[in-house]
Amino acid sequence: MIKTTTKKLIKTILINAVIWALALLWVLPFIGLALVSLMPYRGVIVRGWLRLPSLDSLSFKNFIEALANPLYDMATGYRNSVIVASASTILPLISAALAAYAFTYLDFRLKAMLFGLIIVIMMVPQQLVVVPLFFLYNYLRLYNTIPGIVLLHSAWGVAWSTFFLRNYFKFIPKSLVDAARVFGASDFQIFRKIVMPLSIPGIIAATVLQFTWVWNDLFYALTFLVSKENQVLTQKLVMLKGEYHIDWGLLTAGSIITMSMPLILYIAFNKYFMRGVAGWGVRR
Amino acid sequence: MKLGKKVKPITFLLLPFTLISIFVLYPIVATVFYSFYDKGLGSFSLRNYIDVVFATSPLNMLIARTLHSSPPWGALIHNLVWVALHVPLVTFLGLILAFLLKYYVKGSIVIKAVLFLGIVIPPAVGGLVIRFMFDEIVGIFPRLFSYTGIELLSKTWTSYPQIALFALILGSVWIWLGFAVTVFSAALETVPKSHIDAARVFGASMWHIFSKIVVPELKPAITIVVVMTVLWDLKIFDVVYASTGGGPGGSTTVLALVMYNYFARALDYYKSAAVAVILTLITVPFIVLVLRWLKE
Repeated sequence: MIKTTTKKLIKTILINAVIWALALLWVLPFIGLALVSLMPYRGVIVRGWLRLPSLDSLSFKNFIEALANPLYDMATGYRNSVIVASASTILPLISAALAAYAFTYLDFRLKAMLFGLIIVIMMVPQQLVVVPLFFLYNYLRLYNTIPGIVLLHSAWGVAWSTFFLRNYFKFIPKSLVDAARVFGASDFQIFRKIVMPLSIPGIIAATVLQFTWVWNDLFYALTFLVSKENQVLTQKLVMLKGEYHIDWGLLTAGSIITMSMPLILYIAFNKYFMRGVAGWGVRR
Repeated sequence: MKLGKKVKPITFLLLPFTLISIFVLYPIVATVFYSFYDKGLGSFSLRNYIDVVFATSPLNMLIARTLHSSPPWGALIHNLVWVALHVPLVTFLGLILAFLLKYYVKGSIVIKAVLFLGIVIPPAVGGLVIRFMFDEIVGIFPRLFSYTGIELLSKTWTSYPQIALFALILGSVWIWLGFAVTVFSAALETVPKSHIDAARVFGASMWHIFSKIVVPELKPAITIVVVMTVLWDLKIFDVVYASTGGGPGGSTTVLALVMYNYFARALDYYKSAAVAVILTLITVPFIVLVLRWLKE
């Protein structure tokens, strides 16, 4: 009996050791980025970065360079990313909440078909809209403008967050909505006074996921924003990389700047992220 | 009984569906039209598709004429190789991890949060991290692999066509594994613990519990993870653009990147549309699978 328990104990310890080692491997790149961005690059080349650095050798020079040097100008990128991601979150979420309400509580023609359409849009490759929008945007003078890319992100955002919010609305007891109807509440009142307040966790989850998704986008930014003053952070980041020579000090600092916002959101709204994804909230 | 003032559904649907119609639906239909538009002829033909499928320049090639033992094999093949390696790796590792984390590991919340980081950060940063970790000078892996005595593996992986694609695929496991673990962990919550406790009491081995109880119970979740991972692999762009840009010598191109190359480098918009349609056609079976699964 004792033998089997010790055997079990050893097994458990072994499993824990392996899994924790794996977790360590998973954070190792983040540790690497942080160390290389702060260490003098020459030291990194000679001695590597997997060591305890002397504190007085660390400097924020790479961060300042990436943000403020007009050649890289990530400060402008940061500002643009904040504007684009905020606008591309507010507009679709309002629209999607309205649509999700209609899909949950109202009856109308083609309801099932329209909802099917929304699900298909959630999964269609983003590449499929680029060419005609490029022509349309040139015609409407929306090409290379912040409103142009905001509208595009918003339209995709509407699709998945309608799906996401409808799943959330379904958990609100229907009797509550029916009772309000009986007392003469209009659909707008029910939407504002009952459904919205009861779905705040769902709306927070959709907000952080949509914001992060837009913030992280590189493809649409590359195709629709070209001038330096309009480019977002992910674009500025990939431009830090020279063709042959790579300044890892600068590039690691740039990476940390670029992912700072999603990381902060993730730390602040951890459970909303995990639940949102577990509830099949990811698009890519 | 007094009924509330009926609001027409259109008032709720107008804003969302206007956005979707102009910026998603119209361009999808138009892309299909443009993909058949023949500039030379001034009318519609299959020219763009033929040109695109048989292109031979390294950055635009979809399928290589002759498949050598190492890339470039063409973007379409690279995507398929990506799916063939990434999907089983992510699904299998994800299942085992979710299982072990739930029943055997202390501090599993922290580990899940760490694994999840990969899908929180921008994929472009993920791409740069891959390059970083496989870099000869600053990276960890070439140094580790230098002990194997294989010279090639101690170099910057993303600079050698023989191994660049595999560096990206391995790196994409790092990025995407958190998705699988999160979905599987959530699904495991619905498996009654009594089943597993009962199996344990009767002395079932860990592997037995895993393969005979956990995996069958998680079948729907496995379908989701497999399909979503396939779709992610087929649409992949940011990771590749940021790490290698398709190089060296076209050995890491993918369909979305070829579409972008036609659009932004060659300025050949109609061929770009054709590649976008081809990419979409490949995803269609998986989209249908999801639709069918949602209907149930």
